[in-house]
Amino acid sequence: MIEAQRGTGRARSGAQLALTILALVLAAGATILVKLGLGARAGPKLAYFVALFAVGYLAGHFAIRRLAPAAEPAFFPAAGLLAGLGFAMIYRLDASLAIDQAWWMVIGLLAFIGTLAVVRDHRSLDGYTYTIGLLAVVLLLLPILPGIGLQINGARVWIHLGHLTFQPAEIGKVLIAVFLASFLNSRKEMLQMAPRRLGPFHLPQAKDLGPVLLAWGVALAVLFFEKDLGQSMLYFGIFVVMLWVATARPAYLLIGLVLFAAAALFAIATVSHVGDRVDVWLHATNPSFVFDKGFQLAQGEFAMATGGIGGTGLGQGLPGIIPYAATDFIFAAIGEELGVIGTTGVLLLFAVLVGKGLKTATEQADGFGKLLAAGLSTILGIQAFIIVGGITRVIPLTGVTLPFVSYGGSSLVSNFILLALLVRISSGPAPRRRRGRPLKPPPAAPPAEPATASPTEVIR
Amino acid sequence: MNAQIRRLGLAMAALFVVLFVSVNYIQVWNSSAIANNPANARLIYQQFDVDRGDILAADQRTVLAKSVETHGRLTFLRKYPQGPLYAHITGFFSVKCSRTRLESTYNDLLGARSTDLLSTTIEDEILDRPKRGATVVTTIDPNLQRIAHRELRDAAPNGGAVVAMDPSTGEIKAMVTIPQFDPNSVTVRSLQGEEDACKELRANNGRLLLSDATDEIFPPGSTFKLVDLSAALESGLTLHTQLPNPHELDLPQTDLKLENFGGEHCAGGAPKITLEEAFVESCNVTFGKLGLELGAQALFDQATAYGFDQHVPFDIPFSEGHFNDPSFFEDRKPAIAFSAIGQQDVGANPLQMALIASAIANGGTEMEPHLVKEIRDPNGTVLKSFGPTVFGHPISPRTAVDMTRVMTEVVQRGTGTAAQIQGVTVAGKTGTAQTASGAPHAWFVCFAPAEHPTIAVAVVVLNGGNLANEATGGHVAAPIARAVIEASLGRG
Repeated sequence: MIEAQRGTGRARSGAQLALTILALVLAAGATILVKLGLGARAGPKLAYFVALFAVGYLAGHFAIRRLAPAAEPAFFPAAGLLAGLGFAMIYRLDASLAIDQAWWMVIGLLAFIGTLAVVRDHRSLDGYTYTIGLLAVVLLLLPILPGIGLQINGARVWIHLGHLTFQPAEIGKVLIAVFLASFLNSRKEMLQMAPRRLGPFHLPQAKDLGPVLLAWGVALAVLFFEKDLGQSMLYFGIFVVMLWVATARPAYLLIGLVLFAAAALFAIATVSHVGDRVDVWLHATNPSFVFDKGFQLAQGEFAMATGGIGGTGLGQGLPGIIPYAATDFIFAAIGEELGVIGTTGVLLLFAVLVGKGLKTATEQADGFGKLLAAGLSTILGIQAFIIVGGITRVIPLTGVTLPFVSYGGSSLVSNFILLALLVRISSGPAPRRRRGRPLKPPPAAPPAEPATASPTEVIR
Repeated sequence: MNAQIRRLGLAMAALFVVLFVSVNYIQVWNSSAIANNPANARLIYQQFDVDRGDILAADQRTVLAKSVETHGRLTFLRKYPQGPLYAHITGFFSVKCSRTRLESTYNDLLGARSTDLLSTTIEDEILDRPKRGATVVTTIDPNLQRIAHRELRDAAPNGGAVVAMDPSTGEIKAMVTIPQFDPNSVTVRSLQGEEDACKELRANNGRLLLSDATDEIFPPGSTFKLVDLSAALESGLTLHTQLPNPHELDLPQTDLKLENFGGEHCAGGAPKITLEEAFVESCNVTFGKLGLELGAQALFDQATAYGFDQHVPFDIPFSEGHFNDPSFFEDRKPAIAFSAIGQQDVGANPLQMALIASAIANGGTEMEPHLVKEIRDPNGTVLKSFGPTVFGHPISPRTAVDMTRVMTEVVQRGTGTAAQIQGVTVAGKTGTAQTASGAPHAWFVCFAPAEHPTIAVAVVVLNGGNLANEATGGHVAAPIARAVIEASLGRG
């Protein structure tokens, strides 16, 4: 058992190293191509950027190998490749933004390693349920406070401290997943009790609906005070999904959806910023919208269509036409210059992260670990769906970042912390090292699992 | 819980399938339809990656439009070295203000999008340099254009236009309208600057953008008697046919009376007047009566034979003249008399009137007007050249001879003496059209030399020009035409 565990760890580590090298070569290669495509306009920092990928990604790999040796090997390279592609695109759009993003990448990687080092066993987080929950709610609602809250482009999701601005909700969403995993794991039996039936649904008792209503309230506050439909959708999505996973009661899904739909319809009717987005969603290329409110969405769609199958090539297209191309619309910019090959690649990388995250969840012995891994994966999946679906006009556009890819410090750092938690859960508790002694196996090792994580799943 | 997580996995997979489908719909299945939306700013920017071809005057040296390389977001910008003078011929090629006139008509060739340029485009691709567009050589004589503008500017403070063309080929030699604008204002580096300039040009229903030579139509006044006379001669009357010469004309179905210009009585008050004399003196009363006798159908047929209410092919937008359909006149008989003297709803512009003069000058054969002589690829090879094309035969050669004769009389001793040139026989017709709003429009339509015409000119000076209510075609418009003919014949 112990031997098998070690063997698996070594095989996984090898796979992870190969994938990490692949990710860093692709990321550095894309960045070099941008430099070649743009020439003098690209600025002089290319060598630093290549060094950042080489040193930063290998450091990440070796940190995982030391701190979480049995981790799922696809997590870090997939996220690294997303961040690398995003970085190359940001560099291509605006070389000065790339310098900021490079620093955020450094901070993100340090946060990743730091989280792995501090959270040596994910179950330790289970002990701080309400502290973390309170912190999450405070962070979510912080931008509402006058004085530090900051409204940018109609949504009040930023806070500023001095001249630094960040979106507290980005880290808030990770904390809320931890809180919910802990809270729901301890209450799931109570929530499962459903004395009354309504047709095929078991209705929970009124007092057990409390948390659903609380989440609805928080999401509503975000929607109306911060005017941010995207973040509100994301929180509500996480909450409902985790509640459903914990209780296996579809009634929660239904109630959640009805409550959210009611709030969203009300917001569409009353908050003009939200109502506009629905109009634009339906009529973006209508002549009366296309150069006005629909400009961003229409130009994003034109960018992707212009890119076609193979894209224009890095530095050869005109993604700069799209407003906010580096943040909300980076997916469309990738679509223009790397074509459907590039966008499919990005979607597949997210599918790998979410799929491996859910697989990790099923492999956990503890309910908290299961719920947390499922919740964190759901965040990545829903957030990618909200923004990519918004850009491709499947749903109304709401401004959330594309995790790891978009420009933005709060987003990048928070997602690397999220990734560290997934890596931690997948690996189990960190090995305790004693000087002169061999590594001791972790106390409650997760069930052994064959090394099925074949690299081809990522390379595709 | 694992069962739930697996279901969650399926739900997530479903979400990603939705995204794969939508991405493929936009980027693969429907990509060309989406990308070719005219609002796709990429398509507009791509046009500015092309080293768009020049537009030249007929001398092949005077550059009317050219591309200059920038180092901004747009690789090339359009410049118009002659400023406003050719604005209504070349039009402009702008990001925010779109493209107009020759820049629009020949966009595929100028912008290297035409397959005619395949060989040089491949050459440019291989050498990895911007695609080069074709050169458009116009028929405009820069000297004539400049003189026409100078004369018009001094005489026509309220607007007006001049068109000069070669009657035997249809080549437009000069085409000027006033007021003018500078096309360089909408082809600047700053897109905001372009937008502001464009907004300014489009103010007042785009008055500045419209050409009085080709876009607008005005009552042609007595110059329309050229059409009446054509119809009369074609119907069998001769120049010597005696017509009644009352002091004023009682109109049917109404109490209205038609008077001669200034209330005068033609031919010294004689009871009869020849068709020739009535034309030379421009007698409204006689021509009103003639119109009533010929009938609306005959006038309409003659007008359409000259191009009124027809489609006359031209390189830039052209509003042909207008004469009401004969059915209009059925219960409006007096309108025929008013229409016969170029009032009521009759409308024409200098290009239309120059076509009439050209048809007469060219022995009854009307040529299609054209502005472009040839198109050359970037290496100088001629891709297309545009020769004379016959539009139609509105009058017989005999009618043309008769009309030329009476038109020379107009200049020698009639209303058009201001157009006389020493040693050159000028044939012309004046017009002074009443307007609903203020001073009359002064017209002069002519060609020269009458024996072997090489130039036909039509001038309109709007609302009296510098003579205001005193303006007549003979006083205001004829001197402009004379200056243009002199320049054309090398006597300027």
